[in-house]
Amino acid sequence: MLERLQCGAFTYLQDYADPHTGLVADTSRPGSPSSIAVVGFALSCYPVGVEHGWSTRGEAAAQTLKTLRFLAQSPQGEAPQAAGNHGFYYHFLDMRTGRRVWDCELSVVDTALLMAGVLAAASYFRGDEDGVEAEIRELADTLYRRVDWLWAANGGQTLTQGWKPGFGFLKYGWEGYNEATIAYLLALGSPTFALPPESFAAWTRTYQWENLLDTDVLYSGPLFTHLFSHAWIDYRGIQDVFMKSKRMDYFINTQRAIRVHREYGERNPHGFEGYERDLWGITAGDGPTPQQAAGSALRVYGYMARGAPYGPDDGTLAPWAMLATLPFGRDDALRGTRRLLARYPGVCREDRFASGLNASLVVQGHPWLSEGWYGLDQGLLIMMIENALSGLPWRLMRDCAYVRTGLLRAGFTGGWLTP
Amino acid sequence: MSGASDTGDPIDAIDAEWLRRTHPTDWRNPKPPAEPYDLVILGAGPAGLAGAELAARHGLRVALIERRGVGGNSLHAGSVPSKAIIGAAPRDRGGPRPEFSAVRTHMHRVRARIAGYRSVDRIVARGIDLYFATARFATEQSVLADGVPLGFKKALIATGARPEDASIPGLDAVDCLTSETIFDLEALPARLAVVGGGSLGCELAQAFARLGSHVSLMQRQPKFLPGVERDAADLLTRSLELDGVETRLNTEVIAAHREGGERVLDVRSGELKFSIGADAVLLSTGRVPNVQDLDLGKAGVRFDAATGVTVDDFLATSNPNIFAAGDVCVRRQFAHVAEATARLAVHNAFTGGRDASSHLLIPRCTYCRPEIAQIGLHIWEAADRGIPIKSYTVLMQDVDRAITDGLDEGFVKLYVREGGDEIVGATIVAARASEMINEVSVIMSAGIGMRRLATMLHTYPAQSGAIYQAAMAFARDQPAERW
Repeated sequence: MLERLQCGAFTYLQDYADPHTGLVADTSRPGSPSSIAVVGFALSCYPVGVEHGWSTRGEAAAQTLKTLRFLAQSPQGEAPQAAGNHGFYYHFLDMRTGRRVWDCELSVVDTALLMAGVLAAASYFRGDEDGVEAEIRELADTLYRRVDWLWAANGGQTLTQGWKPGFGFLKYGWEGYNEATIAYLLALGSPTFALPPESFAAWTRTYQWENLLDTDVLYSGPLFTHLFSHAWIDYRGIQDVFMKSKRMDYFINTQRAIRVHREYGERNPHGFEGYERDLWGITAGDGPTPQQAAGSALRVYGYMARGAPYGPDDGTLAPWAMLATLPFGRDDALRGTRRLLARYPGVCREDRFASGLNASLVVQGHPWLSEGWYGLDQGLLIMMIENALSGLPWRLMRDCAYVRTGLLRAGFTGGWLTP
Repeated sequence: MSGASDTGDPIDAIDAEWLRRTHPTDWRNPKPPAEPYDLVILGAGPAGLAGAELAARHGLRVALIERRGVGGNSLHAGSVPSKAIIGAAPRDRGGPRPEFSAVRTHMHRVRARIAGYRSVDRIVARGIDLYFATARFATEQSVLADGVPLGFKKALIATGARPEDASIPGLDAVDCLTSETIFDLEALPARLAVVGGGSLGCELAQAFARLGSHVSLMQRQPKFLPGVERDAADLLTRSLELDGVETRLNTEVIAAHREGGERVLDVRSGELKFSIGADAVLLSTGRVPNVQDLDLGKAGVRFDAATGVTVDDFLATSNPNIFAAGDVCVRRQFAHVAEATARLAVHNAFTGGRDASSHLLIPRCTYCRPEIAQIGLHIWEAADRGIPIKSYTVLMQDVDRAITDGLDEGFVKLYVREGGDEIVGATIVAARASEMINEVSVIMSAGIGMRRLATMLHTYPAQSGAIYQAAMAFARDQPAERW
């Protein structure tokens, strides 16, 4: 089952990539732009395809090079229609032209996910035979080195979330733990525009260590926040100052978060349909819109970051989420996924999971399902299944000197970081 | 304003009583004594009243000078009227809405009734000399009350604070309401724009939405109630939205104007600029201390226009005979803090005591539904002091009484110093958080830790059972002791 589902997710990256630019679509819906985060996941997944024989090394290298070349050549600068600025990229780019769409923001976290993919590619393609792999490494280095993390801190201690032309830096507050750890690690590891080590202390200052549903956990509500940085970083056995003081690590913390989500599924305080100890997965993703729920008493939120146990929770589960936790607890992930597939087989068509399921909202006799597929879900699933099977993505990043530097400057010690 | 009238509006009769209690129209100031007063207090709000009462009880000769009405902001335009409005709004979402005229009458009646507990008559009966006058310092040992010199041995500045004027172009044209004027509204505005998402802004936004106004709530910062933690602020945002409040974070008002009868605010949110039309605009962006026109320089009292009278930890000003208390000098502007600091100040002034205001444990609450209450240290304050904290969290959705009541929004978090069982702070979001936080206040003041708390029986079922459940979670978290 695992390889079949992993392969199904992998073919999304092939089916929804632009043949000229290499950019990968945010969703399978017609007219979808590319999300740079999805591109970051895709770049990390091409090596997985090679190892499984879903593509040749040459094909994967060519696809990677095409993407990196396009990114390197796409215009950077203050102009509103550029692809990026100061080495960062806009969150959503036109699939064919690579230009900014939707007046979206220049995104710090999504650029970090993109750069994680760029570095993973460079770490995998270490051959030199025909120059393709050498060029991949060279371009990857150029792209990463030109990201000006100091600029993105806007003179402060911590990273801003983004920037918009004609406006400036976004001022959304960041408080507590979330998925952005990878951005700090890459920013601290930069040979060109490195943030000072104090930035990591400032970032962890608002962490809250909680005893929640009888579980000690560094809380963050949406499940993906416990998975995104973890797709690349092998947190097993390495500790920053905060985790050392709690005698645990970020890998164990994700296991704890899963325990909270399962317990929440069991308690199911709002009485939503389908929730169980073995059917869970509340995270950011697609959900029914108020228009779709018209006539129902259910209060729904559309696409949003849902969380447990504090909410928001409108009865929407992410069908891919349980399987994406595979490296953190094989039994729970598999039992949950099997239960889900037996009960709601519609969530997985063409071996790809839909983004959202809301069984409390019945539409034309069927539980509400998100239409099509989302690239982020597919990419994360491919990486996490692979981390559980072979550990390849983790190994690629462990071998990346920049990541190692970033971790050390953030204060991580122990485990595989020990010389 | 007239006394009892025959127009039939019940509010006129209520307000006549209100005036009799807070500022009688026929009032005549006492004749100043030849000797200096032991204590002259500027301002008869919660601080001034508490300080005067304490001093009078100790046999001191006290003058209390009030510019407008006894009771201060809390009674006139703060806690009392706002909670009366909130109390009159439907308790349940979608519950039956009262007529706004009934809400107004309720608010006026509540205010007049509560004014009775601290009325002019009672002040006089305590032997306090009450002056209705504008006060300013003449020297380091005397003030002028409407030009009449009053000498003092000690003085207490308790002049409070007032709503801040926002520097927004065109704001005058839209006749903004403030916390001092919104309670004079005679009709419910169909559309109310609230500028500022602090406590008062959030409370009134929600209350007016429940009463039937369409409310837009604008906040410059990325979250409402910037002083509370993320989980509480997020919950509040969702709750406001469920009440139909249009919440706009990261949104700044850049100009205001009138278009016909409509008030229009030009706002900027990110790089977007747009306009919001309203029938009434409430400005609740902050408060500034009342330090102007006091001639503080003549008394040698240092102050800052933004932060107020400068005091040390014992509430003494730069003039050792002059103290200050309440909103005019403290960061936490609440009536209960004003009263507590006034008592401290008067005690320190007359005993040479060294009771430090920084030792006050201050519970505080925002009266939205659910209520949001806090005490002690924030998570980030603890982090800055190097105190490792573990939060014991109980969701109200896991509390039996909250479930039976159908009031299960929110949580209790007790912040416990790691390695021990000392409670250093708490955040409570719950239907009755304002009551529950007082239990935490008592247990923290008494030095009761999580271990003992877990042995103290609570009624079952009770909303405060959440506090007990947190203590039980702590107990389960400890290694079992050997029997």
